[in-house]
Amino acid sequence: MKIKEIAQLVDGQIVGAPVDETYEVEKAFASDLMSDVLRFSMDETVLVTGLCNNQTMRTAEMADLRVVILGRDKQPDEDMLELAVDADITLVKSKFSIFKISGILYNAGIKPLY
Amino acid sequence: MHYTFQIERGNFTDAGQASSSVKRTLKQLGVAPANIKRTVVALFEAEINAVAHAYGGTIDVDIDGEKIVMVVADEGPGIPNLDLAMQEGWSTASPKVREMGYGAGMGLPNIKKNTDDLKIETEVGVGTTVTMTVYLV
Repeated sequence: MKIKEIAQLVDGQIVGAPVDETYEVEKAFASDLMSDVLRFSMDETVLVTGLCNNQTMRTAEMADLRVVILGRDKQPDEDMLELAVDADITLVKSKFSIFKISGILYNAGIKPLY
Repeated sequence: MHYTFQIERGNFTDAGQASSSVKRTLKQLGVAPANIKRTVVALFEAEINAVAHAYGGTIDVDIDGEKIVMVVADEGPGIPNLDLAMQEGWSTASPKVREMGYGAGMGLPNIKKNTDDLKIETEVGVGTTVTMTVYLV
């Protein structure tokens, strides 16, 4: 699924790095624990999280994530947005809860990471 | 090639800069993506550990055609029980570290998983030196 389709589904606003129109998301992983994000392969995966700080971006960068959904109406600050652009990570801001976002994506055919 | 970075105690604003810098360098050098991933995940875990637990330290990275050697040396409390620290889920992280999304006790096990060689020298009240090697060939 394209990043813009995902943003539409979760009524999200796209910020951070420009959308890679060719990137296909197949799986999702929901976690506020960055320690766990670092444990798994994140190929073709979107991270759904309510953790909104610089370390969210650093972790996403190390995990090779290309797109992160920030749920619960979390607002990234300028530092975070700069890190996202530098690491080529698109952020989707959504007012929905993590549970709701996860349910929407699952219903739309996005697979769990495991 | 040799690179050195400084680690500042508790500075979660800049934590990860060294790992990010190394990742860019490895990309420029054309290192295979799978090797870049395991190198930077291991280095990032060690960098976060040092920021979270130590009083300061240094990161030294040496890259040649065959391997990447990363040494994260800190002045700090040391690790009283290394066997426990290597167990998944064991953590002494502070509430502040947990607020940052870390402190699940997965750091050292994840470093071991992502490196070919791992050596940890630690002395309580003095500090810890973590030496990680990733072979490229």
